[in-house]
Amino acid sequence: MPRINSPAELEEFRQNVLSKRDPQKPCISICTGTGCLALGAAKVVTAIKEEIKKQGLESKVKVKADIRETGCPGFCEQGPLLVIYPEEICYLQVQPGDAKEIISETILARKVVDRLLYSGSETDDKIVQESEIPFYKNQKRLLIGNNIKIDPKSIEDYLVVGGYKALSKALCEDTPERVLDQVKTANLRGRGGAGFPAGKKWEFTRNSREKTKYVIVNADEGDPGAFMDRALLEGNPHSVLEGLLIGAYAIGAHHGYIYVRQEYPLAVENATIAIRQAEEYGFLGKNILGSGFDFTVHLHQGAGAFVCGEETSLLMSLEGKPGEPNQKPPYPAVKGLWGKPTNINNVETWANVPLIINNGAEFFTSIGTEKSKGTKIFSLVGKVNNTGLVEVPMGITLRDIIYEIGGGVPGGKKFKAVQTGGPSGGCIPEEHLDIKVDFDELAKVGAIMGSGGMIVMDEDTCMVDVAKYFLNFLTDESCGKCSPCREGIRQMLKILTNISQGKGKEDDVELLQEMAEITRDASLCALGGSAPNPVLSTIRYFRDEYEAHIKEGKCPAFVCRDLINFCIDPEKCTACMICLRKCPADAIIGGKKQIHVIDQEKCTNCGTCYEVCPPRFAAVRRLSGERVPPPVPEEERTIVGASKK
Amino acid sequence: MSEILLQIDGNEVKAAEGMTILEAARSAGVTIPTLCHLEKLTPYGACRICTVEVDIGGRTGLFPSCLYPVAEGLVVRTRSDRVDRIRKMILEWQLSHAPDSEQLKDLAQIYGADKDRFEKEPSFCILCGLCVRYCAEVKKKYAVGFNDRGPKREIAFIAEVASKECWNCKECFPLCPTSYAQAAYVLTEALAFPGRASEPIPKE
Repeated sequence: MPRINSPAELEEFRQNVLSKRDPQKPCISICTGTGCLALGAAKVVTAIKEEIKKQGLESKVKVKADIRETGCPGFCEQGPLLVIYPEEICYLQVQPGDAKEIISETILARKVVDRLLYSGSETDDKIVQESEIPFYKNQKRLLIGNNIKIDPKSIEDYLVVGGYKALSKALCEDTPERVLDQVKTANLRGRGGAGFPAGKKWEFTRNSREKTKYVIVNADEGDPGAFMDRALLEGNPHSVLEGLLIGAYAIGAHHGYIYVRQEYPLAVENATIAIRQAEEYGFLGKNILGSGFDFTVHLHQGAGAFVCGEETSLLMSLEGKPGEPNQKPPYPAVKGLWGKPTNINNVETWANVPLIINNGAEFFTSIGTEKSKGTKIFSLVGKVNNTGLVEVPMGITLRDIIYEIGGGVPGGKKFKAVQTGGPSGGCIPEEHLDIKVDFDELAKVGAIMGSGGMIVMDEDTCMVDVAKYFLNFLTDESCGKCSPCREGIRQMLKILTNISQGKGKEDDVELLQEMAEITRDASLCALGGSAPNPVLSTIRYFRDEYEAHIKEGKCPAFVCRDLINFCIDPEKCTACMICLRKCPADAIIGGKKQIHVIDQEKCTNCGTCYEVCPPRFAAVRRLSGERVPPPVPEEERTIVGASKK
Repeated sequence: MSEILLQIDGNEVKAAEGMTILEAARSAGVTIPTLCHLEKLTPYGACRICTVEVDIGGRTGLFPSCLYPVAEGLVVRTRSDRVDRIRKMILEWQLSHAPDSEQLKDLAQIYGADKDRFEKEPSFCILCGLCVRYCAEVKKKYAVGFNDRGPKREIAFIAEVASKECWNCKECFPLCPTSYAQAAYVLTEALAFPGRASEPIPKE
């Protein structure tokens, strides 16, 4: 393995790698990120490899195809994903059985397999190229765009896409002050949630008089439904390392940590490989690229506590103590790991750094809004057609993300709200869908950018239930150290549970608001400080739903089981027996030619009958806040011929 | 140590660098309630009952006085509507667990906290951590610790350690604001070493 000792050697080596690669030679990129792996990508890879052998491609030097197992490009909804270069042919939902056709048609005969292409719902036009698919076309993929082009386990792949150029530039052409200035001018704000200017944070740590300093990658991504950082660390670990190295140089730190949750085994694996490779190539260690700058990195696995994403808890955990927060001030920049000044940024923040150094601060500030620059990756999930990771310029509207990129709400259902920022965030209703997405605008409507979770909810979502869900999550994740967080969440959850069970009291909403305020104001760390947000934002926009639960015993979305009932419309029931057979509680009385009736005593309100009743009959009705009509008398249940008696 | 001048409840107070607001207030005879604080121990900032209002850099914030360091020109209010509301609610939450704690009852009177506001969940422990931290920091024995997290958090004596160390110590009992530490110890003893309580105390 060559150790690269100078910027010149780096460029020479890069050219050497490039010269060995024929851009015209077919290359099959298969996403083997966590999402696609779950959908069977590993079997696809095996099938493609076997097929290449079978069809004798290995010996045909001219048409030999490369296979590249890559990280996540984002379109998880349609995985396993496969892209064939140089034409950039994008195949979706690829199964092992498709391998034969892909090799014989696309690789050998240079023809496109139509049925594996993307086709929009409105037109039947098939789209061949990845970048033309609306999901991708409306994004600005500066950070995750490379994921499909590189094998995260190959440092050479990273070098081919310009990797470590920024490091070489920073270390060998710029002073630490100038690097810091560029990040400050770019106004890069922390992607972990709060949006604090990264440059300013770096400067605090840099200005500390202590000699030993640390830099940390916070990869303890824990928001339900969020996986942006996982995709970056799995798919392009070297970009995160490069960012960290540049930051360390600007700050004057010589040791760093990647704190990654152990629930991300692939991220752990790929980051570990990346560190080892960077050490071998001389991007880590002593006298990096001949600049005189020394830096080492260790990877540390978190043990599964959500609160360890909070920086003071992360530091405790890193020191081997229980992951519980400490009061700020002192901030980690003053007193961090082992009492030394420490700068912590999340994965996405670090990954932005090489981009800024390579393209200049002006490039970065040309994207985004006045106070939020660059792009942001969101994990778009929930009731939306195209779930996956999306990277968009700051300032795009929520509506564009959900409809243009996300393809809208499935099943013709009505949009209700979008939840941003995870358990610390808020629900944004339809009326605010045209706000420009940036740190400040989201905060104005009672949500937060957070780390980038974006959960779309449709009319079948109960907002009391949503608030309850998040508080339930936080109940498990609050460390329990400080009383406002521990007790506030406990009591708020109790009230929400009561409301969802029809036991709500007249002044419960006011009590929730009062407790939310105390929990927010008095909690030790940001977990407690932001825990009330899901409650407050749902009350703010959907107070009528709370009131319907409390005053009318009604769940308008038919979600809260204790407040709903199901009954069968005797006029519509054709005695088809489907619901009767599927009912897990044996609560449906009836038989052949006998109109079905639900035994309300036995019924658990699971809704199975409602889901399985064929739409052409639509005989099962949902009720909430109203009495269940009495069942048809037994003697009137027989269906004679086509009509009912 | 340089002298720092700050304002507490409208009065100028002199404090030494490195002091906390709580220390500065106490030195000036101003009372701030605490539940998890003990001078011998590292400030913990868990009960939040000592929360005060602080004006800093043109903004007003709420901070635990036991941890917030004094700074020149700091303006501190130890009582205000917001502070009192916080203390009242925290007491009401805690009283649902330990309704008979004298310390809580006394504070409840000052802040108008209703001990019956929330449904009783008698755990008898308010998780101030005084026993845990005293045992660790002062006695260095680690005979009692925290278990689990969030609302499931509880203190527990580690029977193997407690059986050796606690007989002649029991210094955490009087620190406990609810007397739960003693109960937890007795329970551990009864479960782990049944019948031993009636035996004579072993000599060191």
